[in-house]
Amino acid sequence: MAFKPIATTRSATGVLTSKLAVWWLLASEVVIFGGVLVSYLMHRVGHPEWAEYASHTDPRIGLVNTIVLLSSSLTAVLAHQAAERGDGPRAARFLWYTVGGACAFLLIKSAEWTMEISHGYTIWANGFWSFYYTAAGIHASHVIAGAVLMIWVARSARKNEDLHRVENVGLYWHFVDIVWIFLFPLLYIAK
Amino acid sequence: MSEHASSDHSDGHSHDDSYYVKVWGVLLVLLAISYVGPWLEIAIVTLLTAFGIAGVKAYLVMKYFMHLDVEKPIVRYFLVTSVVFMVLMFAGVAPDIMKHEGTNWENLAAKAEIERALAVQAAGGGHGEDAGGHDDAGAGHTEGH
Repeated sequence: MAFKPIATTRSATGVLTSKLAVWWLLASEVVIFGGVLVSYLMHRVGHPEWAEYASHTDPRIGLVNTIVLLSSSLTAVLAHQAAERGDGPRAARFLWYTVGGACAFLLIKSAEWTMEISHGYTIWANGFWSFYYTAAGIHASHVIAGAVLMIWVARSARKNEDLHRVENVGLYWHFVDIVWIFLFPLLYIAK
Repeated sequence: MSEHASSDHSDGHSHDDSYYVKVWGVLLVLLAISYVGPWLEIAIVTLLTAFGIAGVKAYLVMKYFMHLDVEKPIVRYFLVTSVVFMVLMFAGVAPDIMKHEGTNWENLAAKAEIERALAVQAAGGGHGEDAGGHDDAGAGHTEGH
């Protein structure tokens, strides 16, 4: 076995060190996304005129993108299950499906934003649209990061290497999904 | 290091794939309810179907997809700590943002922007840049009074 630094092979918490690091990351992400979302919520409550601005978002697009992300979370957990059984190639295949979900999400988002911007709903139109693009933009950047990470992990998983990473990247992906679960009602449903 | 793939899952919570497909099905049904909820046009129903169900969906993803229910307690401590900080921030800032006046202060910019925007909307405006204005009231500028 190749040499491994001691910090990655021992565990005082009973949680694999790399997974513990992912949970640390997610805890910090809770504060980042939580801060943006509760700030939006406060302004939304304090500004009755935002209801009209929000009525211009298209819930059908939000719905489709939610289905895409929920489905990609399913393939991420199926990749994890395959990795648990030691089936790297199958785990890699499901990770690629998840990457496909990420790409579909980003394509739909791009089309949606193009349409909205062409109608004059830009980031500087008003406070609502500023939050809309900021929150969804930070989220989309996480989708891009997740897709890149999954490609990286899938390449090693295919060779049955470092299969523990499949669960780690999956945890990150589920978190990205959860953020969208809250963004959907905030930006699309509450009119 | 593939031998670590299930090193911390000795409690054997591995399930058949169909188990996760069922959870996904439940998530989609919940999503459908949150989508049609506003059709009833009852504010409390919309709140419950939109945000209540979002909470349930997040719980299901955390429990079944992230396996948080069988994870070591320290992970939950991390997450709870983060959520507490988030709530603290909300509690500290919310009164200044959600209200536009208090005992010794009044947010004139926010009030003016609300008045202006509602007037534009009442006049049939409110499309794209027409509704935009150039407000910074959203940032909650407070003026002493």
